[in-house]
Amino acid sequence: MDALDLARWQFGVTTVYHFLFVPLTIGLGIFVAGLQTAWHRTGKEHYLRLTKFFGKLFLINFAMGVVTGIVQEFQFGMNWSAYSTFVGDVFGAPLALEALLAFFLESTFLGLWIFGWDRLPRRIHLATIWAAAIGSNLSAYFILAANAWMKHPVGYEVVNGRARMTDLWAVLTNPTALAQVPHVVAASFVVAGGFVIAVSGYRILHERRTAAAETDTVAELVTSAAPAGRDTAAAAAPRRWAAGRGGAGRPKAGTADPGMWRSSLRAALVMTAIAGAVVAGSGDVSARYMHEQQPMKLAAAEGLRHDTAGAPFSPLPGVEVPKLLSLLSAHDPGATVQGMQDIQQRYQAEFGPGDYLPNVPVVYWSFRVMIVFGLTTVALSLLGLWLTRRRRPTPGWFARAGVLALPLPLMAVIAGWLLSEIGRQPWTVQGELLTAASVSPGVSLGEVATSLAIFTAVYGVLAIAEVRLLVRHVKAGPDPVAVPSGPGRPGDTDAAAGGTDRNARLQPTLMY
Amino acid sequence: MALPTFWFLVIAFLWTGYFVLEGFDFGVGALLPVLSRNEAERRQVLATIGPVWDGNEVWLITAVGAMFAAFPAWYSGLLSSFYLPLVLVLTALIARGVALEWRGKVTARERVLCDVGIVAGSALAAFLWGAIFAGLLWGGVLATVLGGAFSLTLALVHGAVFLALKTAGPLRARARRAALGLAAVALPVAVLALPGIPSAGAVGGGFRVYPLPWLAALAAAGALTAAVALLWRHREGWAFTATAASIVLATTALFGTLWRAPLPGMTVAEAASGPYTLGVLTWIGLAALPFVLGYQAWTYWVFRKRVTA
Ligand code: HDD
Ligand code: HEM
Ligand code: HEM
Repeated sequence: MDALDLARWQFGVTTVYHFLFVPLTIGLGIFVAGLQTAWHRTGKEHYLRLTKFFGKLFLINFAMGVVTGIVQEFQFGMNWSAYSTFVGDVFGAPLALEALLAFFLESTFLGLWIFGWDRLPRRIHLATIWAAAIGSNLSAYFILAANAWMKHPVGYEVVNGRARMTDLWAVLTNPTALAQVPHVVAASFVVAGGFVIAVSGYRILHERRTAAAETDTVAELVTSAAPAGRDTAAAAAPRRWAAGRGGAGRPKAGTADPGMWRSSLRAALVMTAIAGAVVAGSGDVSARYMHEQQPMKLAAAEGLRHDTAGAPFSPLPGVEVPKLLSLLSAHDPGATVQGMQDIQQRYQAEFGPGDYLPNVPVVYWSFRVMIVFGLTTVALSLLGLWLTRRRRPTPGWFARAGVLALPLPLMAVIAGWLLSEIGRQPWTVQGELLTAASVSPGVSLGEVATSLAIFTAVYGVLAIAEVRLLVRHVKAGPDPVAVPSGPGRPGDTDAAAGGTDRNARLQPTLMY
Repeated sequence: MALPTFWFLVIAFLWTGYFVLEGFDFGVGALLPVLSRNEAERRQVLATIGPVWDGNEVWLITAVGAMFAAFPAWYSGLLSSFYLPLVLVLTALIARGVALEWRGKVTARERVLCDVGIVAGSALAAFLWGAIFAGLLWGGVLATVLGGAFSLTLALVHGAVFLALKTAGPLRARARRAALGLAAVALPVAVLALPGIPSAGAVGGGFRVYPLPWLAALAAAGALTAAVALLWRHREGWAFTATAASIVLATTALFGTLWRAPLPGMTVAEAASGPYTLGVLTWIGLAALPFVLGYQAWTYWVFRKRVTA
């Protein structure tokens, strides 16, 4: 065990941890902005409640993304000073741009959003959440451009043992980055979608349980009170559901109407399904770049030992689909895919003796976990869209499945990063700089051990705190909101109606 | 002006902005239990920095990111040689960041924990930045402790003046009194610590060769004194301008001294990135900075009113 091993552990632990929160920031930010836009457009009060409810969850999570991100930025200099000195000229530029163009935008406008409900005109207040959410997505672009450069370095030359940038545009439009950015951002929307599906599913179940505890008389009251013959969506849904379940009813005053959770659920289902298509498409492009640029990673992900023409794909060890790997990675069933041992020999000839194999089992299994877990959530979203089509009520089992599926997309993105980063080993910059040569020469084992221990402990405590906080707020449900009295408020009077007002509740919503 | 010189100034500017802005929110955070008598007042105190502290912190992220891009050897040398102090800075920033964001969303019992995080995190970070830069200039325990005491007390005064400027009612009077009391400690510490900054660079030539850091250090002490006088006369806005000026001048002395050797045995030119990188970053930075400064200023404008209990 030396400082290098611990520095690697520290990088893995802190970065994976950062990425537990970041996808939710990226996806949920846009989702909340969308909800607030819906409220702005329609004036319907339940959109405001949803905005505030998911906004609160977003903020709890956002704090963690911020504080863990600062560690990331310092860590390159602290633990990887040889790396930083070597690449700073190229790699530092996107990081500096990220701070200047994205983080300022995000943090400043989020401050305005949180504290500006009563101070800003509504339209401008709406613009602040969009500015913040766009800032998050922009930050993903810059950091991923930096990361893609490590996989496929472009736009640079090496002078006096240091990389020198020759073309910023090439770095920012690295084809590897252009595939990776949509992949990671869309994956983040799958994570956020899975989160909203789980939360909405939980709330739907919760409200049915509370409603079922009430008497049948109330249920009948509601059924007859719903405007007969008017086929508005929200009116139809609880009626049909009440009939189907034989005795349930209107939600208690103070809780929300099921139509509200239905709209967040449907919105999340649509978002997840679209993001799922982008993830699959961009993943396919990434795999083809991997075939060209990081053949060792691809070989490890497939456990392929030798160069093979018409290589088969093995979804599980022992099972093989002929020619599929060649088809997927080169769009040609007869193409040759390089194998680990042959690459090892070529690398030894090119770069000198050494072990150029990454940790094969981790890379192999990460690849499968990423695809299977991630696409399970996408499949769930398609199923949900089908089940709830045309105002059909959400089946209880589906809501429960949504809750249970909560960890899947998160595990998928983490597995994707393990594939990406461990698959690149032993290189930090593919073909250019080895991880062993990247570490800070002057930092001792004791120092890295101390910081690893501190960060692991602090992060562990915070993770537990965050989960408890999120669970508590989801269980408590949304607050009854007072419509903010911002200046310049449009004349949508129905939005001001109280949360228990039946007419307000029975309005059809955007997502039906 | 040569590009490395220009980027050295940019980085000095970013650090200065960071110390001025986060300086007051460190001070406000650390003074939380001292100045507030009840929960309503604690909220009042924190509401003064609530909308802006995260934006203030991004000045640090930008300063460090710009160092990474423009002076990779300086960035990596500095960060790897102040390893454990920086681990503590990061821990402090984590604690206060999470505590500030979560405080309004937790139970009363957990709120106490958040307050501990805010106070300890703010005070520790404010102390450590001074200690780290003093350690960079001088090394040795005495310089480090003195530097830390200087940055901590200056942040406390700056924060108390900010509170006097931004609150109304009993809190405002209390913040003013606290600022005056704290100044009685901060001024002597400043008088001891400030001459240390330029004299660290005196080895290669004294005042006559490099007058700027000396003048800046002297002016920093002057500005702090002026702040006390202005506050005494209830000129809160001007007093805040004066504490801010004092931080600007102290940071100017610091970077004026570092200019000759950002790290022991290293020159600015050696640490710099290539001309291409510095050139493109200059154009993008010049295009973006007015917008960033504009919307940050706008935030302060939106929240310009005094916060009442
Ligand atoms: C919801 C999450 C999710 C899902 C369903 C998928 N991915 Fe993925 N994948 C990620 C989440 C992710 C990720 C965590 O976001 C990674 C890690 C690094 C990166 O760029 O994105 C990633 C990396 C990653 C890489 C590595 C790129 C590299 O290291 O150079 C490849 C080749 C793919 N993916 C390919 C796919 C394919 C063919 C998929 C099936 C359709 C797929 N991914 C689904
Ligand atoms: C946020 C998603 C990321 C995750 C989860 C992640 C994860 C990891 C992991 C687990 C390792 C350790 C691999 C090993 O030791 O075998 C690693 C290595 C590394 N990654 Fe990433 N990474 C991420 C993003 C990035 C980005 C964006 C960069 C650059 C900007 C980066 C730069 C590095 C470096 C420098 C190492 C070297 C240390 C090493 O190889 O052990 N990573 N990463
Ligand atoms: C390993 C390299 C990384 C570094 C150096 C880094 C740096 C940072 C920093 C400094 C922050 C705090 C910003 C603030 O205070 O406002 C942050 C937060 C964030 N990062 Fe990372 N990050 C890394 C990996 C990633 C990756 C891979 C992504 C996305 C794909 C990402 C996206 C974000 C987002 C969306 C936030 C949310 C909070 C915010 O922007 O304020 N980061 N990161």
